[in-house]
Amino acid sequence: MADHAAHRDHPHGLAHQFEDMPQQKESAVIGMWSFLITEILFFGGFFATYLIYRSYYPYAFFEGSSHLDILLGGINTAVLIVSSLTMAMAVHESHSGNKKRIMVYLILTGILGLTFLVIKYFEYSSKVEHGLVPGLVWHPHGEYSPQLALFFSLYFGMTGMHALHMVVGIGLLTWVFVKTAQGTYTAEYNAPIEIFGLYWHFVDIVWIFLFPLLYLLGTQGGH
Amino acid sequence: MAIVERDIRTSEDAPRVNYLNNGYGLKSWLLTKDHKRIAVLYIISISIFFALGGLFASLVRFELMTPEGDLMSSDTYNKVFSMHGIIMVFFFLVPSIPATIGNFLVPIMVGAKDLAFPRVNLLSWYVYVVAGILGTIAVVGGGVDTGWTFYTPYSSTYSNSNVILTAMAAFLAGFSSILTGLNFVVTIHTMRAPGMTWFRLPLFVWSHYATSLIMLLGTPVIAITLVLLMLERGFGFGFFDPNLGGDPVLFQHLFWFYSHPAVYIMILPSMGVMSEMVACVARKRVFGYEFVAFSSVAIAILGFLVWGHHMFVSSQSTYAGMVFSVITFLVAVPSAIKTFNWTATLYKGSIVFDTPMFYVYGYLGLFLVGGLTGLFLSSMGLDIHLHDTYFVVAHFHYIMVGGQVMGYLGGMHFWWPKITGKMYPDIWGRVSALLVFLGFNLTFFPQFILGYMGMPRRYHVYPDEFQVLNVASSLGASILALGYLIPGAYLTWSIFKGPKAPDNPWGAKGLEWETTSPPPTFNFDETPLVTEEAYQYGPIEEH
Repeated sequence: MADHAAHRDHPHGLAHQFEDMPQQKESAVIGMWSFLITEILFFGGFFATYLIYRSYYPYAFFEGSSHLDILLGGINTAVLIVSSLTMAMAVHESHSGNKKRIMVYLILTGILGLTFLVIKYFEYSSKVEHGLVPGLVWHPHGEYSPQLALFFSLYFGMTGMHALHMVVGIGLLTWVFVKTAQGTYTAEYNAPIEIFGLYWHFVDIVWIFLFPLLYLLGTQGGH
Repeated sequence: MAIVERDIRTSEDAPRVNYLNNGYGLKSWLLTKDHKRIAVLYIISISIFFALGGLFASLVRFELMTPEGDLMSSDTYNKVFSMHGIIMVFFFLVPSIPATIGNFLVPIMVGAKDLAFPRVNLLSWYVYVVAGILGTIAVVGGGVDTGWTFYTPYSSTYSNSNVILTAMAAFLAGFSSILTGLNFVVTIHTMRAPGMTWFRLPLFVWSHYATSLIMLLGTPVIAITLVLLMLERGFGFGFFDPNLGGDPVLFQHLFWFYSHPAVYIMILPSMGVMSEMVACVARKRVFGYEFVAFSSVAIAILGFLVWGHHMFVSSQSTYAGMVFSVITFLVAVPSAIKTFNWTATLYKGSIVFDTPMFYVYGYLGLFLVGGLTGLFLSSMGLDIHLHDTYFVVAHFHYIMVGGQVMGYLGGMHFWWPKITGKMYPDIWGRVSALLVFLGFNLTFFPQFILGYMGMPRRYHVYPDEFQVLNVASSLGASILALGYLIPGAYLTWSIFKGPKAPDNPWGAKGLEWETTSPPPTFNFDETPLVTEEAYQYGPIEEH
């Protein structure tokens, strides 16, 4: 968020519109939290839609959940939680401005993020193979077929939107990583790492809600 | 920067560096991070869309001159009113005051050099432009015929027009307004000058804070709704398709969860403009400052709890409808507080008869009618009769056009000397304000009667007995158009030929009047120190 216009007597990294570093950091943090609030409402629309249809069609949604791979979903959950840990470590290190350690933790976070996307790719392809993609390849013909299609529409919509946020996150991570490597961030100026961390944790938390709603609720009965 | 400016001021014949003459190239505008230049870019772009939306409005009024559908086919008419609504709502009304006057004034009013995130501000303009281009392509490429509400299943399944492209355009326009709102919230929280406490903020800033909250909390929901709509139309996902188990009414819930609060995006900023202008034309502190400030926040909060009043005739349960109806009545309380407090401010004020005053009076009258007819529509029983009639059309035009557009024009006249550094001929300002007021009432008052008599909206063929009132409405629309064209002409003229504006032509209070006209790039030579309450006109009053 910060602007790098060089001004005399200005601390490194302080944008022209701010008076001092604390003001800039406060603005960046409030800005990111405000953005995350908009994201909560954005995903909120999806979650509300999902919950309403789940209450309309509980049996179809139980069946839908049973088609999902809990093992892969569970591994992905673990992957994301660990990536949040490494991200938190990167933010922690940024407070002392330790460039090497920040870079190591950022790389680890990036690798875990990519791992998540690769596993997601295998999950998606197995759904294509089994003909469980509404509007594209759809094989089920049972009693609940249309409602099952609704479940998978929501599954692809919600996890797809989440994956898109992961892709954006990895793009931002690359940018923060390059800036770190260039030595832009110091113990005084590290707000971009911190607010990127907020974004990363948010995307992680969305998955923490998606996983039980989509994968786990179906295992409790219904058949 | 500040040092350079002081050097120039000492040499008397050199013009002072301000935000307008600080760089002339196209690049200095298109890559600017100055909130004032971005505001000017926005003024130009929304004016284009206002003209385009106005063109479609005039086509509607032309067609409705006669009871037969003789100018265009039903399909064409559907597209014309849809595009009027979509362009006016998403590309004019939502950004109208916040992105232009708000963008220009919020940082200056809080005493900051710029918004907290100047690049995000520029990004919001570019996102708006891309949205505008997509919208224009959709219009040129055959248009869209769903109405601005995009109701399913028509929009998702049956319509043969450019729904996806238009929805994408609306989605992006919404994203642009999220960025503006985010910038305002952060700026108001963290960038206030020393001494500028929350309760010394001008009410314009309070109303923009409330508007920004709605932008942050509401707009993402329309974004997701439009994403669901695009997925359904594009990939055959059945979110709202009853054949696939979906529920079309869910779309209405999601849509109005944003779009009702969005109605307050289209009125709150103009309330801020009015508070500033009322205090100035009456030369008094706004009566009950704290009440006016909190009523903005109250409107923003209550606005999120009333969306169901658009759905009294859908499958929504009667009990839900009753709750929505009661909460809708509650919105009248903060709105009335504002209106009463403005009137109380004028009482025993020392009123100045300049152009801004004409807009203040016009606004008070039109908003009163618009607000009171809102109470008719929030009564469930009456709404079933009035639903989807011209009564509704007249009601929301009184709020959106009588409110926001009057506020926008009034604000432009009030701050024009500050924005451009030039004065316009005041007599023309008064004439056009009067034309707008008369033309507006002649256009929309007959529509209340038409709606009450039962004329439905969105039809271009109607029974003969409705013709007189429709002709009156079309006649009023031409006067209204004239009232909009004249300011366009003399304001443009003033940029080139108008006399130079003094720093404070109205003798108004507020930080924006303490800097030069036009302001320097960083707004103030030195960060201002605020030592008094807002609106300290004349001797300090007891309150």
